Amino acid sequence: MKTFPQYLHQIYTESPDKPAIHMLYLRQPDLTMSYRDLIHGSAGYAHTLQAAGIQPGEVVILILQHSDDLVYSFFGVTLHGAIPAIMPFLTEKLLPEQYRRSLSALFEITAPAAVITYPEFENEVRQAIQPGSTVRAVLTTPNIPAVETVDFNKLRGFDRQPEDIVLLQHSSGTTGLQKGVALSHKAVFNQLESYSDALQLRNDDVVVSWLPLYHDMGLIAGFILPILNRIPLVLMSPFDWVRAPYKLMQAVTRYRGTLSWLPNFAYNFCSQKIRARDIEGVDLSSWRAISNCSEPMIYKSHLMFLERFQPYGLRPEALTTCYAMAENVFAVTQGGVTSRVTIDHISQRGFLIDRVARPPLPGEPFMKMLSCGSPISNSQVKVVDDKYRDLPERQVGEIALQSDCMLAGYYRRDDLTAKAFHNGWYLTGDLGYIADGEVYVTGRKKDLIIVGGKNIYPQDLEALAGDIRGIHPGRVVAFGVFNEDLGTEEVIIVAETDVDERAQDLEARSQQLADEIRLRVTRGSDITVRYVKIVERGWLQKTSSGKVARSANREKYLAETVINS
Amino acid sequence: MTTDISSALARYIATEILKQPKRTINPTEKLISSGLIDSFHLVDLSLYIEDTFGVHIEDTELNADTFDTLDQLVNLVRQRM
Repeated sequence: MKTFPQYLHQIYTESPDKPAIHMLYLRQPDLTMSYRDLIHGSAGYAHTLQAAGIQPGEVVILILQHSDDLVYSFFGVTLHGAIPAIMPFLTEKLLPEQYRRSLSALFEITAPAAVITYPEFENEVRQAIQPGSTVRAVLTTPNIPAVETVDFNKLRGFDRQPEDIVLLQHSSGTTGLQKGVALSHKAVFNQLESYSDALQLRNDDVVVSWLPLYHDMGLIAGFILPILNRIPLVLMSPFDWVRAPYKLMQAVTRYRGTLSWLPNFAYNFCSQKIRARDIEGVDLSSWRAISNCSEPMIYKSHLMFLERFQPYGLRPEALTTCYAMAENVFAVTQGGVTSRVTIDHISQRGFLIDRVARPPLPGEPFMKMLSCGSPISNSQVKVVDDKYRDLPERQVGEIALQSDCMLAGYYRRDDLTAKAFHNGWYLTGDLGYIADGEVYVTGRKKDLIIVGGKNIYPQDLEALAGDIRGIHPGRVVAFGVFNEDLGTEEVIIVAETDVDERAQDLEARSQQLADEIRLRVTRGSDITVRYVKIVERGWLQKTSSGKVARSANREKYLAETVINS
Repeated sequence: MTTDISSALARYIATEILKQPKRTINPTEKLISSGLIDSFHLVDLSLYIEDTFGVHIEDTELNADTFDTLDQLVNLVRQRM
């Protein structure tokens, strides 16, 4: 069993000139980085960390945008034996004080020794460092040159053991930041081995990705998997892709891309928002597996994508599926590689009333479920009921998971780690069923909202909205409602107001409150809120313990909205 | 003509992007840096402008440095018509 530094050393020795990454930039030619470039650039970071007195095993937070510096710093931290954690960069709309609060929370939980960022952002980072913080160094990128020759004996990462933690992954928001998923070298390699088999990875594969590296799908599938498997990676910025989605198609054409991973909304987004002239002459026939992953997969989104891009050579069998989570490093299942993705027709009544995914009776309304495929070879999946008892095939329950690539733990949160497991099985919080050995995900047990592949915790949004004057504290609820046109969930916020119902300007006041909530939540979180409903006192339903019940209020909202429309 | 462009754009933004048809867009209100128009809708806006006014906005221009308010957007469209 190897570690990241040992593996990188081996690749460096055997194929230094092989292209590792083609970096795509705006208004600049593509930059091809060989493994030699990768190691030399990364070693520069390792030396800088050493000089700054950072020790192996300590956490280093990376706050950098799409750039070769992000690549070098990530592997540089690993070569030094320290633990990288990539934090999203401050976006234009996010309030700086909100971002600073997130940073402070991250510093508090992960106790990092250093932060690497841009010089223009150094001040922002320093403001988030509280007195007594563990952060000893803020290093900035242009001061970290590549090394001319690499002395592997001096790199301290070679002392690390396969069981040691190699990296941390976080979800965003106050809640998400509490759960830094800590992964060992061994877990990552076990995942790569099993997942590469499931993908039938070949030497001539080329991964094309626009996914952010602070998210498991981007970091593992769209970064570490190709790099450590010596498969070229074509990497573009998520920021550029969202403004020019056609660049994905052009990149696949130019580099003969074979593999990509996309969240479901991206199928709709690409189908709807690309001009014909921008993809004139593109050839998508090299794409052999585009895995739909990280949010509920919708059959119609696949159809929409296929219809739009089949004239450009997209093959129907290239539409594949994947069920993944950071806690398993990445993939749990993969569908559609050895044969077409299974579409399971199930009775609507059986599913909604009896919680069984049974075939429809003749004439009965049915639903088309996209299979996530079979578990990859190192992972076992089962479905359990509320009392953790195993359920038979086709019964809907919570998906539980066991593998040799599970997280080492939520970093410095043993309490959360203990809660996540039951008798050695990781409880995913996802609902689904198994049929013929394939996994189907049907919903979620936990109140998580997934918007465009991003995990959003409703309690974070509720806290933001609840801060506003005129909103009754603790009487706010946030939930997701699926929008078929967008191919993802949209966030709805319902809030009770303190404003006297007899007030003359009630409607104007409600409008104003709704606007304040939209602005506050949009600028304080990773998402944009459109739908806010202001209601009178007593509208929101509570549980017996006095908490606002999200699912009950979601039902109530949907019922009222349908009636009124 | 400026008024026509302005009202058409304001109507599009309020109805299609903000999903609040009754909302008025203040000409100097910040749209992008405030998060009112999110990054997923910038492409929609540029497609609409091209289809409606025949004006092309490069994808590299879809940020608050190029335009952040309705007034700035109207000027940009007018200059290129």
